[in-house]
This record gives sequence, C-alpha cells and structure tokens, in this order.
Amino acid sequence: MSNDLMGDTWIPWIPFLPFASALLHAVLIGMLRRSLSPRMVSGISCGAVAGSLLLTCVSFAEMISLPGDGAIQERLFSWIGLGVGSAHFDADIAFRFDALSAVMCLVITGVGLLIHIYSVGYLQQDQRDDRGFQRFFCYMNLFIAAMLVLVLADNLLLMFLGWEGVGLCSYLLIGFWYGDREKAQAGTKAFIVNRIGDLGFLVGTLLLFWSLSESGTPTMSFRGIEGALPVIVASTLSLPAWLGGGEFALANAIGLCFFLGACGKSAQLPLFVWLPDAMAGPTPVSALIHAATMVTAGVYMIARLSFLYAVAPEASTVIAWTGAVSALFAATIACVQSDIKKVLAYSTISQLGYMFLAAGVGAYTAAMYHVVTHAFFKALLFLCAGVVIMVLKHEQDMRRMGGIGSRLPWTRRWMWIGVGTIAGVPLTAGFFSKDQILVASYAAHEVPGHIHLYWMALTTVALTAFYSVRLIYVSLYGTSQVPAEVRREIHEPGGLVLWPLGILAVLCILGSLLGVPQLWGDLELLRVEESNSIHHFLARVVAVGEPHELDASTEWGLTGRAIAMFALGSTMGVILHLLRPAWADWLAGKLSFAHRLVKNAYYVDALYRGLIVRPLLAASDRLLFRWIDVRLIDGLAVMGSANLLRGLTDGLLKYTQVGLAQVYFLVMLLGSLAILVYLLFESGA
Amino acid sequence: MTAEIIFFYAFAVLALASALAMVTFLRNVVAGVMSLVVTMVSLSGIFVLLGAEFVGVIQIMVYAGAIMVLLLFVVMLLNLESDDFGPPRSLRGVSKLVGVLAAIAVAASLGVALSGGLPAPAAVPDGFGGTRAMGRALFSEFVMPVETAGLLLLAAIVGAVILAKKRID
Amino acid sequence: MIPYDHVLGLSVLLFTIGVIGALTRRNLIVILMCLELMLNAVNLAFVGFNRMWAGSVSGPETPVALDGQVFALMVITVAASEVAVGLAILISLVRNRDSINVEDASLLRW
Repeated sequence: MSNDLMGDTWIPWIPFLPFASALLHAVLIGMLRRSLSPRMVSGISCGAVAGSLLLTCVSFAEMISLPGDGAIQERLFSWIGLGVGSAHFDADIAFRFDALSAVMCLVITGVGLLIHIYSVGYLQQDQRDDRGFQRFFCYMNLFIAAMLVLVLADNLLLMFLGWEGVGLCSYLLIGFWYGDREKAQAGTKAFIVNRIGDLGFLVGTLLLFWSLSESGTPTMSFRGIEGALPVIVASTLSLPAWLGGGEFALANAIGLCFFLGACGKSAQLPLFVWLPDAMAGPTPVSALIHAATMVTAGVYMIARLSFLYAVAPEASTVIAWTGAVSALFAATIACVQSDIKKVLAYSTISQLGYMFLAAGVGAYTAAMYHVVTHAFFKALLFLCAGVVIMVLKHEQDMRRMGGIGSRLPWTRRWMWIGVGTIAGVPLTAGFFSKDQILVASYAAHEVPGHIHLYWMALTTVALTAFYSVRLIYVSLYGTSQVPAEVRREIHEPGGLVLWPLGILAVLCILGSLLGVPQLWGDLELLRVEESNSIHHFLARVVAVGEPHELDASTEWGLTGRAIAMFALGSTMGVILHLLRPAWADWLAGKLSFAHRLVKNAYYVDALYRGLIVRPLLAASDRLLFRWIDVRLIDGLAVMGSANLLRGLTDGLLKYTQVGLAQVYFLVMLLGSLAILVYLLFESGA
Repeated sequence: MTAEIIFFYAFAVLALASALAMVTFLRNVVAGVMSLVVTMVSLSGIFVLLGAEFVGVIQIMVYAGAIMVLLLFVVMLLNLESDDFGPPRSLRGVSKLVGVLAAIAVAASLGVALSGGLPAPAAVPDGFGGTRAMGRALFSEFVMPVETAGLLLLAAIVGAVILAKKRID
Repeated sequence: MIPYDHVLGLSVLLFTIGVIGALTRRNLIVILMCLELMLNAVNLAFVGFNRMWAGSVSGPETPVALDGQVFALMVITVAASEVAVGLAILISLVRNRDSINVEDASLLRW
C-alpha cells in the first residue's frame, strides 16, 4: 500500500477524454442540431481514444516502475458520503490503476482505437441517415469512457456506474438503426435481460454493504472489502424455512449474486439469449462491445473480486460449471448457424464460458489472459466478417457467400490468422490461453467434478476448431453463391479498414508471448522474472490459490491432447466444408432432429418466450393494465382522490377562505400557540 | 441599582409606553410613526446596554432612520386621513375576544417558556458586539448569510419597483 | 447587570403589543408598523440570548459568540425588504382601491 502513487496523475484523464468527446458530439447533435463533417468527427473521436491509449501507456510505464506491487491511485472527490465517525461511509469518485485495470485499460483503449479507425472506413460505406455518423461515434466514445470507468473504479459503486454505462451504450448501439423495428427490439431485449443480471449485482452489493455495516466498517472500496474479508467469511445467512432453513455462508451468497450479474453482462447460461440478437448492431459494435470488451466485464469483475471468490468455494463451483456448460453448449450452436455474425456471437459465448471456467477453478489470471487474447482474435474475426458483409452489401447469410476469398486477399490472410488463433493452432495466443485454462481445470482437485469440466472444455476445443474452419471455408471458399453483379464489384476496402485488421492479427500472434507456460522455457516480460508473465503480473492484484503441482509429463500430455483435439476438429471442418460438402448435408439430414434442435439454439429463446415473456405480457395486459392500471390506479386512485378532494374543498374547506388578512393572521397565531404549548408540555414533562 | 439597570428600566418603560400608544389610541398615522420611532430608539439604547453596540447603532440608522422615514414618506405622499381605529368587521364579538386572548396566551406561554433556568447575568468577554468583532464575524463566519442578504435586498428593490409602477402590465 | 428574564419579558410584552395591534387595527400602515414592532421584539430576544451565551464559541474566526447579533442584523435586513415591498403593495392598493383599509383587499375569497 505504501508503494502506491497518489494524486496528480493522468488517470482521470483516461476515461475523461472519450467522455468529453462523447459530450461534445451529444451537445452538437442533440442540442444544437448540427453535425460536424465526418472528417472532423472521426478526428475528434479517434483522437480522444488515441489520447486515452497514450495516457494508459504512460501510466502503465509509471506503474511498472513503482516498487513492489504498487498501483496508481487518484481520488477526485467524494461521491456519496454518509454517517460520521467510525460508521462513516464514503463512496469516492476514485480511480485505481493496478495490474488488473492496467491490462484491461490497454485492451480497451488499444482494441478500441483500432475499431474506431475501422469504423471510420466501415461507416462511410454504410450511411443510412444524416447524423448517424456522429451519433455512432458519440455512443462509441461514451462506451469507451464507461468501460474505462468500470475497470478503473476503486469501489463497487463507481464500478456499477460504469457497468450500467456500458449497458446503456450497448443498448444504444444495438438499436443504432432504430428505424428497423427488429433491431430496436434486439436492443431492448439486451437491456432487459441485462436487468436481471444487474439485479444480482445490486443485491450482491447491498448484501456486502449490509454485512460490512453490521460489523461497523461500511466500505465499498475493493481494498476495504478485501480488508474486511474475515468479517464476511465469518458471517452466514439464515435461509427462510421454505428454502429448507439452515445457514448459508455469506461469501457464497454474495459471490452467487455477483455471478448472476456477470452472467447477464457476459451472456452465460441462462442469460445468454440477448447476445445473438445483439448482432443487429453495426459490425464494429459487435467487435468492440459484444466481443472484445463489454462482455468480458463479468470476467473482470470476478477477477477483481477474486479474493472473495477464493473463500467462496460453492459459488466458484457454480461459476466453473456454468462456464464449462456454456462453452460446450454455445460451441455446438455455433457449428450449425448460417448467419456469419451469429456464429461469432455463439463463439463469443463459448469463449466467455472458458473464461468463467477458468475463474471458477481459481485460475483468475488464466481467465484474464483469455480475456486479452479473445479481445484480439474475436475483434479480428468480427472485423473480417464486417469486411465480407460490407463488400456483399449487407449480406450476412453464409449460404449466400463463398468463393470471394480471391477477391479479398488481405482480408483472407488476416482472417486465417484469426481463425487459427481461435481454433488454437499451437504457438498462437489462443492456444496458450486455452491451454492454461485446460490445465487449470484438470488440476483443480478441490472443484467437484473437475475432470468432467476438463473433458467438456476439451470437447469444446474440437468444436471451436470445427466451427472456425467452417466459418472461413463457407464464407470465402467453395462455390460462390454471390450474385454475379455483386461479385463483379467486390474489391478490397481501403487502408483505414485493413490496417486495424493487420495490427490485430499481429497482436494475435504476439499475444502468445505474454503467457508462455514455464514448461516451454523462460520468457521475461513486464518486469516479471518468470515465464507466463501475465500470470505473475496479475498475481499482484488477483488472488492466486495454491499452485497445483503437475509433473511435466502430465502437462505435456494435456497439451498434446489439446493439439489432438484441435487437429480432429479442424480436419472434420476441412472434410465437411471443403473436400466433401455433400457429406455435411447428408449428416444434417440423418440427424435432422438434432440438427434442428441445435440450429434453433436448443429452443431456449422459444422456451423463455413461452414460459416467461408470453405469460408476463398476458398478465400485464389482463391484470396489470386492465384491472390495476385502468380501474385501480386511474379510476380509484387518480380520479377518486381528485373527486374526493374536490368534494371536500368545494363543500367545506373553501369557506375558510374569507379573504381577510387578519383572520388568516389569527389562524396562524392560534397555530403557533398550539406548537408553543406542545413544546412547553413536551419539554416540561 | 446601578446606573445600567436604571437606564434599562427607563428605556423599557419608554418603549412599552410608546408601543402601546401607537397600537391603542394614536389615530393620526404620523403620530403613530413618531411613537414607533421612540420605541426603536429606546430599544437601541437597550441593545447598547446589553453590549451589542453595533446592532444598536444599526438599529438607529436603519430602523429609526431609513425605515421610519420611508413610512413617513409614504404616509405623507398618500396624504391619508385615518379613522380606522377599532376591530375589523370580521373580528367582532367572539372572534375579537379570541384574538386578544390568543395574543395574551402566546405572551403567557412565552413568559412561562422563558422564565426559570436562566443563568445569572455575567460580564461579557472583550470585544463582544463591537464593530471590529462584528465585522470579523460577518465577513468570515457569516459571509454566506451576508451575501444572501444582499441578494434578498436586490430582490426586494426589484419587487418594490415593479409593484409600485403606475400600471401593472 | 441587567437580569435576562427582564430583557426577555420586555421582548414578550412588545411582541404581544405588536400582535394585538396587527389583529385589531385596520390601517395597513399601522399593521406594517406592528409587524416592525414584532420583529424588533424578536431582535431584542436575540440580542439578549446572545448576551447570555456570549461565552460559547461560534466559529474559528470568532472567539466570542455573535450568532444572535448577526441574526438580529439579518432580521433588520429582512425588515427593510419587507417594508419596501409592503409599502409598494400599499401604494398599489391605494391606487386601485383608493383606501388603505386591509378589509378592502378581500377579493381572494370564496
């Protein structure tokens, strides 16, 4: 703690720059009703994000040079202050730049900047309304600002502010083309499903606050909570009788509540349904928000609260299982989707499942490493898909693509790197990050059923390889289903679009250097004197459990299995989609029931619609609207109280208004007299 | 009986007598105003006796000076004859009785509230109520109220001008 | 030394006289003056109480408690504003009703 650098730093400017840019755009288009030229808009917005990136790098260098596990702390002002003395509670607008938030900030501003630049090229092709360009960048900047607040926040409440801020931007950007009813509804759906998760977050926060104020140390700052951990561990929650009674460890309850929030934000089972629909937004949005950054906020939160989860084994088990099941479940769906963005969306759910699996088995650093590598390769894949969609004039169905790879040589190259990374080609970033997770889940003896988790994750590796190979072959190779007149016009977009792809591709490969396992040799980065630098770097902040000792041969064996699974999956993909496409159709026909089931995402959406949405709407209409609202609230409460009051005043009270000032004075005097007498008797008694 | 106490009672009697005169039997408004001036001046004397020299001086300058002059000015401007003594129509009979009784009851309960438990008079510290001390207090501790009072006066001026304009449009 | 209860008693008496005047007179100017009288009575109480609690400290800049006297000054300010506005109302009343009798301003009734 003494190693911290306090005050007068650049930290507040990191979120403030994009926020100022968003504010400027908002004032211009919202209040002054005028828009700047696209050149100005992109200059300001990309400049703001570039500034954030620069400041992040400066702060990062500054932080690394601090001795020990120092961090940069900046307290701006008190946001919510309550109470006095020892029970004083303060939620500050305070930022903390430590190893964990540094990694996240670098990803957000770095990938964010690349996607901003890409968007300039993408949106120039895709303008549907007048102020759309500026509105888009306004939301994008606001998103970057909110996301940075989320990761830089020093306390839970400020984090919640960022959490809700990114949710809002996600809603605004999914429904960016709000003229299209379906897209607007996709935004609403994302928002509402996230509400369920946010309720969990809020309940968790309140539980935490309640237990800490019971013990007389109310605090919301992460380090304060960490300091009060013994109090939390010692507390239990009595379950009500209808839940079977008994005691439940508070840490577990809080952990589960926060995990519900993470489920909503990170689209895990059972709250994943919004993410596939969220693909209605522009493709750069899908890349930035629904792949690289926002959806990983849940993982970030769990890593941030890892000290809490380290003492909540049951909650961690739930997380691990949810993650593994989500990973497998979404990967199967991704194998049969035909919309290119939906494939990527389910793939994102699957990869997020990996991260939660890692977090659940206590490998928080592996989860964060996968967050980083996933941000690189998934953003790359989305941006490549965006190029394809762009050149095909908004065609997203892969069945109407194919055979266009030769017209898009650079896109094809970058996409191969993305596909290779996500599929887990050895030595890529995705390979190492997935390998770490697999090893961690294999070794996590304390988690019930960890071997099952491992096998689920391993199966997912094969499925991942399969669907990513399918993605590139079906969309770029094979017989072309693209209409001839569209095909003639296909040409690769300009550098503004291609450069970000190239940089992301390079990051996909270089990202592996961060997490080379010790097994593979020594590689020192980030001033960490060991291999797997990101693990040791993050371990300054994130809880690291007892290291699981695996002998080298076991570990090599695990790696070998992963490579074998990758080989199996990709071979299957190549056979079914390049060499013998007819087999794929034959297979789909043979397994038509299973195929239909998976294709419709196991009918989860329909299930929710039937079980929750429809009854809710019916109840809202029949009961809440027709009875409660129309009759009770409108009829009885609003009109009734108005009529009552009118009758009372018209019949009785108006006669007190005699129009004589002195009578009013007399009444006032009598009132004062009554108060005086009351005070006298009260104090005299 | 020190001189201080003698002066206090003299001022008190003067203030009470002139206030009573204004309220009860002076029909002429100008005479009423002058009578009130006497009350104000006596009160300012009492302020000084209580050690609040600054407030006492302000009392004479603002109250007995400015405010009363303003009243006199309006009385003379409007040149009104006053034969308005007596209770208003609405307060005849029972209500008149209620009013006066209520006033007396307020006085009585205030008296009860304030009597007893009061500490014995003691010497005041140095600089109590002097201009220097008041100035320091007003421009440090109480600078917000002072500024707010300025705002209030501005609002009152604007309001008065608007209200007293010939035509309200 | 002046006994505090006498100061406060005088304040109460002046206040009561003001109340009775405001209740019984019909001339608006006299009623205004009665209000002034009541405010003055309150000022007297403030100054008296301030004297009583002079020993306590009201802030870092003031070694002597002066809250009561400052409050009295504020009351004087309010009184000045009130007279200004009151007289303006009076003038417009005279202009519109040709009277200074409060009972002539009784339009706002049922």
